[in-house]
Amino acid sequence: MIFLHMGGTAYMKKNRTLIRTLILLIMVAAIGYTFYINFFKEDEVVSKGSTAPNFALTELNSEDKFTLSEQKGKGVIVNFWGTWCEPCKREMPFMNELYQKYKDQGIELFALNADESEFSVKKFVSDYKLTFPIAIDKDQEILNIYGVNPLPTTFFVSPDGKVKRIVTGQMTSTSFENYIKEILPK
Amino acid sequence: METFKCECGHLNHVGTVICESCGKPQDETATDLLDMKYEGTARRSIVNNQTFIDKVWMFFSSVKVAVVIIIITLIAAALGTIFPQRDLLPPTADPATYYQDEYGTFGKIYDFIGLDNTFNSWWFMLLVASIGISLVICSLDRIVPLYKALNKQTVTRHPGFLTRQRMFGTTKVENITEEIEKAKKNLIKKRYKIREENGNILAEKGRFSRWGPYVNHIGLIIFLIGVMLRYVPGMYLDKALWVQEGELKPIVGTNQNYYIKLNDFHMETYNKKTEGKVYEEAIERFGNDKIPKNYQADVTLYKRQGNLIPGEEPKLTKVKDYNIRVNEPLKFQHFALYQVDYKIGEFSAFLFTLEDKKTGKKLGPLKVDLQNPKEVYDLKNGYKVELRNYFPDFYFNSDGVPDTKTRKPNNPAFVFKMTTPETPKGEVAFVAIKQNIEPDGVNKYKMTFAGIETKDSTGLTVRKDLTLWLLGIGGTIFMIGVIQGMYWYHRRVWIQNQDGEIWIAAFTNKNYYGLKQELKKVLGDTKIELPIDQQSEKSV
Repeated sequence: MIFLHMGGTAYMKKNRTLIRTLILLIMVAAIGYTFYINFFKEDEVVSKGSTAPNFALTELNSEDKFTLSEQKGKGVIVNFWGTWCEPCKREMPFMNELYQKYKDQGIELFALNADESEFSVKKFVSDYKLTFPIAIDKDQEILNIYGVNPLPTTFFVSPDGKVKRIVTGQMTSTSFENYIKEILPK
Repeated sequence: METFKCECGHLNHVGTVICESCGKPQDETATDLLDMKYEGTARRSIVNNQTFIDKVWMFFSSVKVAVVIIIITLIAAALGTIFPQRDLLPPTADPATYYQDEYGTFGKIYDFIGLDNTFNSWWFMLLVASIGISLVICSLDRIVPLYKALNKQTVTRHPGFLTRQRMFGTTKVENITEEIEKAKKNLIKKRYKIREENGNILAEKGRFSRWGPYVNHIGLIIFLIGVMLRYVPGMYLDKALWVQEGELKPIVGTNQNYYIKLNDFHMETYNKKTEGKVYEEAIERFGNDKIPKNYQADVTLYKRQGNLIPGEEPKLTKVKDYNIRVNEPLKFQHFALYQVDYKIGEFSAFLFTLEDKKTGKKLGPLKVDLQNPKEVYDLKNGYKVELRNYFPDFYFNSDGVPDTKTRKPNNPAFVFKMTTPETPKGEVAFVAIKQNIEPDGVNKYKMTFAGIETKDSTGLTVRKDLTLWLLGIGGTIFMIGVIQGMYWYHRRVWIQNQDGEIWIAAFTNKNYYGLKQELKKVLGDTKIELPIDQQSEKSV
C-alpha cells in the first residue's frame, strides 16, 4: 500500500501525483467510453464509407438469387421502397430509364420492397413497367440491417463494396444520374 | 512544508488538527470540544505545491462539492419526472408536438430545454459520473489518514486531548493503580481491547464500525460500474418484438440465431359463471368479463443452423414450446422474453361469396388473405374471381385515386373482376368495408361480404442483462457497509494517571447515551467517578 507511506520527501510527492493521475485516468477512460458508446457511436447502422452489409434475396420475376457480395466490380444501387410511399413512386420512372442507360456500363440496381404482399408488388411493377431487379424484403430484415428510415432511401455502393452515398428521401433524375456516375466502374 | 513535528516527536501532515500519535491538539489556546471527525487528520488533498492534477483531485475531494453535485442531480432527476420522458411516450403520440399539445407552454419549454430526455442526456450522465469520481476521491482521501491515525495512536494521550473530549472527568483516589486495575477488568468483560503504557490505559472496541461508510462507498462504486457496463455492447438489451399468430420472426438481439413463432395468443377474463359464486360480487363491480385474468402467448422457439446471409431462408431446428405469461418469461441463453402487450383481432383475411343479385344464389365462399392475396380465385364451372387491385389501407390519394396509406391491412379495399358463364367478359366491382361500387354500370353479380378472419399479436420484450450479478454484489457490499456503520460503535476509553489523579475520557462515534450506560457498569465497583458529558453540561 503506497498510500499508507508517509513522508515529506519529493519522491513521495511525485509518487502521489502519479497515483492520482492514474486513478483519474482510469475513471476518465471509463466515463469516456460510456459517453462514446452513448453519444458518438451509431447503432450498427450503415454509414458512408463502410462496407455495405451483404444480403441475398430472390428476384421477384426471374426468381434468380441476387447476392450483394457477388456484385464486386459493379456499382450497385440499393433502393428501399414501398407501394404506399408517394416519393418512391415519383422516383420509379427515371430509375427505370437510367437503369437501362447504365446497366451495360456495370451498374446494378436492386429495389427492395418493405415487406408487402407479392400481389401488391407485382401489380406495382407491371403498372410502372419496371425493368430492374426487385425483391420483397421479408420482415424488413435488410431494411433494419441498413437502418433505413424513412422511405425511400437509396444506397450507392462502389465497385469495391463500400457505401459511397446514402440518399434519404426523394431524388431527382439529375441527382440520381450524378450519383450513378460516382460509382461507375472504371 | 509538507509536515510538522509535534512535541512528542511525531511527524504530522500539514492540516492535521490533532497529533496522530499523542493526540495533542495543535491549537492549544482553544478549550472547546475537539472535532473528532477523521481523528482530526488532514485530508490527503491538502498539499502546498499544487499541480493541475492536485487541483482536480482537491475539487472532487471536497464533501461540499459532493453535496452540491448530489443536490443538482436530485433536482435534475426530479424535474425529469414532471412530464413523461420522450422514450416513454404513448406509441401513438407524435413526439414533436406532444409536449406542447398536452402541457401547453410549459411543456414546450420542457421539451425545448431538453428535460424530455433527462435520463439519456449527456449532462445527466456527466452528473452521475461526477458523483462516481467524487465518491472515489472523497473516500480515498479520508480512509487513508483515518486508518493511519487509528493505527498510530498511542496509549498515553496529551492532557489537552483528554480534557477536550466530550466525556471527561477527574477523580482523586488513594490507590490509583488498584482502581485502574478494577476498571480494566470491567472493560475486558465488556469486550474492550486493552493497551497499557506506564499504568495508563486505552480501551477500544468496534473500530470496525468506522470503515462502514467506506465499505458502503465501495459498494456504490461497484454498482455504478455495473450501470456503466450496461452500455457495453452485448451486455444489456431491452427491445420490443411484435409477433402475429402464425408468424415466424427472428428474435432481436440474437443476431438472427433464434426465431420465434407465435402459435396462439389468448387473453382471458374473469367470468362470474366460471369463477364461482364467492367472486360474483367482486366481478360485477368491474363488470363481467372485464377483469383480465391471463395474457398468454403460446410460442415455439427455434435455433438457426449454419451460416446465414440476411435475406436467405434460415434452416431452423425447434428448441422448445413454451407458454409465455405475465411474469413467466421464456428464458433461453441469457435472454428472456416477457409478455407486455397485445393486439386482438387484427384483420387477416376477408371472406366473400359471389352472389347473383337477381336469384340470390351464392357461390364460395372465397378467402382473401390480406397479407398475401392470390390473383385468381377459381370457383369452378366457369365461375372465377380475379383480384385486379388491392389496397391494404385504403384512402383517396392527392389525385383522388384509391391508394394505400400504409402496408398494414387496417382498411382493406379490393377491385374484383367477376367472371361467370353468364358474364364471360367479366364485371368489375370495387369493394371496401361497407362499400360496393360498380364503375361500369350495373353488374349482374356482386361480391358479398361473408366474414372476417382475425389474428392476434403479442407484444414481447426481449431482455438480456449480464450486469445483474455486479449490481447484486455492489448492492450487497453497500448493505454490509450500512450495517457495519449502523450496528457497531467505535468506543474508546482513556484512563490515565495524572499526578495522583485519575483522568478518564471517553469517545464514541455515535450514541453517547449507550456509552454512558456502559461506563456506569465499568466504573460501578471502582471509586472512579463517572466522566461528565461536557456537551450536555454546556447546553443545559
